[in-house]
Amino acid sequence: MLRYVIKRVALVIPTLLGAAALVFVLMRLIPGDVCVVRLGSSGGTFDPKAIAQCHAELGMDRPVLVQFADFVWGFLHFDFGTSMWSGAPVTSEIWARLPISLEIAILATVIAIAIAIPLGAISAIKQNTWIDVVVRIFAVGGIATPSFWLGIVSLLIVLDVTSAVFGAPWMPPIEYVPIWVDPLRNLSMAFLPAVTVGYRYAAVSMRMTRSAMLEVMQEDYIRTARAKGLINKLIINRHALKNALLPVVTLIGIEFAFLIGGLVVTEQVFNLNGVGRLFVQAVQNQDYTLTQALVMLTVMVFVICNLIVDLLYAWLDPRIRFS
Amino acid sequence: MATNTGTIGFPAIASEDMGAQRASRTRRLLRFFRRELLGTFGLLLVVVIAGTGLGAELLAPYNPTANDFGAMMEAPSWQHLLGTDQFGRDLLSRIIFGARTAMIVGLSSALIGGTIGLIMGVGSAYFGGRTDLILQRVFDVFMAFPLIILALAVVAIFGTGVQNVIIAITIPLIPRCARVVRSSALAIREVPYVDAARAMGFGHTRIILCHMVPNVMAPFLIMVTAFVGQAVLAEASLSYLGLGVQEPVPAWGLMLQGGAEEYASSAPWIAIFPGVAIVLSVLGINLFGDALRDTLDPKLRKR
Repeated sequence: MLRYVIKRVALVIPTLLGAAALVFVLMRLIPGDVCVVRLGSSGGTFDPKAIAQCHAELGMDRPVLVQFADFVWGFLHFDFGTSMWSGAPVTSEIWARLPISLEIAILATVIAIAIAIPLGAISAIKQNTWIDVVVRIFAVGGIATPSFWLGIVSLLIVLDVTSAVFGAPWMPPIEYVPIWVDPLRNLSMAFLPAVTVGYRYAAVSMRMTRSAMLEVMQEDYIRTARAKGLINKLIINRHALKNALLPVVTLIGIEFAFLIGGLVVTEQVFNLNGVGRLFVQAVQNQDYTLTQALVMLTVMVFVICNLIVDLLYAWLDPRIRFS
Repeated sequence: MATNTGTIGFPAIASEDMGAQRASRTRRLLRFFRRELLGTFGLLLVVVIAGTGLGAELLAPYNPTANDFGAMMEAPSWQHLLGTDQFGRDLLSRIIFGARTAMIVGLSSALIGGTIGLIMGVGSAYFGGRTDLILQRVFDVFMAFPLIILALAVVAIFGTGVQNVIIAITIPLIPRCARVVRSSALAIREVPYVDAARAMGFGHTRIILCHMVPNVMAPFLIMVTAFVGQAVLAEASLSYLGLGVQEPVPAWGLMLQGGAEEYASSAPWIAIFPGVAIVLSVLGINLFGDALRDTLDPKLRKR
């Protein structure tokens, strides 16, 4: 197992370095000079001296390889420089917005798992019955529905229902309050966004649970269990579902990283000041230091999620670590 | 060996064979329609939406960019079947023209990304060794970016607009296709007819394009169909964020931006109908894609 862990962790390094190189190159492909953009925002003509000074400030007068090494080094100890728009350190910009995004991501995962696994399993067990059809339609719908539209529609429904019931429309709060300060307010803010992001997540996981379950149910050991007279409930819980969950665990891990993409759009709908919204603002403001830091962080979360999934998989399934 | 190359290298199919082949193809198609009801429904949806986009000028009752300030945020009526938006533009006409934008972006990114991925994937498997190893690592790097994040980074560089959105969505799709195609191509590389083609002295390009690519068409087609749906969703998301297609080009995601949320309670049709258009088109593509997969994937065909 240890050899597998070392091998798998070693694979992360070239991917992260490659991603860093890609981000580094992409950000330097931007047409025009970053300094001209920066100085141009205040208007007026540029003094070549000011541009040279700005280049020196950003370290752009040094050889490219040195700049890249510096970028990677900064990344390694979480020093991403300062935001070109606000002037604040990138780390503190991100840190301030992380809790809400993280909370929505975790809540969405919990909701998705709670919906996906039981429904996917039931759908497989009752294959080709009306329950199966309903679950499959629910899943297909989840994959086709853009999360931002679902967000808009759910807000619309909340507005209409609350104004019909209470006489005055109610909107989820947008100011972040930690869950330990005011749990009700916190959850009322995070719940709808989590559901809208989680629906797609649930749909994808549900399909996976269903197909994995269908496959496992055809295995010989299920037939053996049935032949020896084991009751159905035990067959499903102890033999089928346990084995079917392996690919689902993988998918949940990978999709968790994709939640970041979903958050980018959903936070915009609910007007939440999270990391996803920060990303959109960074791109809109052409804040390249912030954009590259956020892209790199996303990649890191993604790569680490994949690593955890692979290690978990190896731990759960001995065939992998011994192959 | 010689008989082997005769069938694949120089297909000497007589004209009656061609006729029989065509007949069996029609029969296969008919069987698909009969067996895969949901898939056929999906295909029908896609055809209707694509046709709407193609004939937008003929079908749209109004100019999609013309403002009628006398009829702002009007509820659906006989005059405006789906109502008007906050600038007095006819929603139905904008949705019809939006179908064109969605289909252009969806189809071109899926086809370009899929084709580049197909060639890279097959090439990677065919050459093997160091080429394969390096390409694999490059795919790894690109796959480490969630689709929408990479697309946003590309938009940050190239800027917004239909063409740049297509580039932004195409780039993340390439490694996703290459990865899947490569694993199918790896198996084909070991098949005797590829050896035979090599023994005949054929060039790499010819072997890759004529002998390997046609044999990975099944996974390729499944991937490309799924890509169209993903691309339509990605375009809608980018446009919704204001970082995709720009006004005045009608696009579904763009229609949901700005006004839609603000006026949602007083004019819900602005927020509802463009979303329904997105859901229906992606649903159609996915239903068709699922049916295609069930038909083309021999592992699932048994069922």
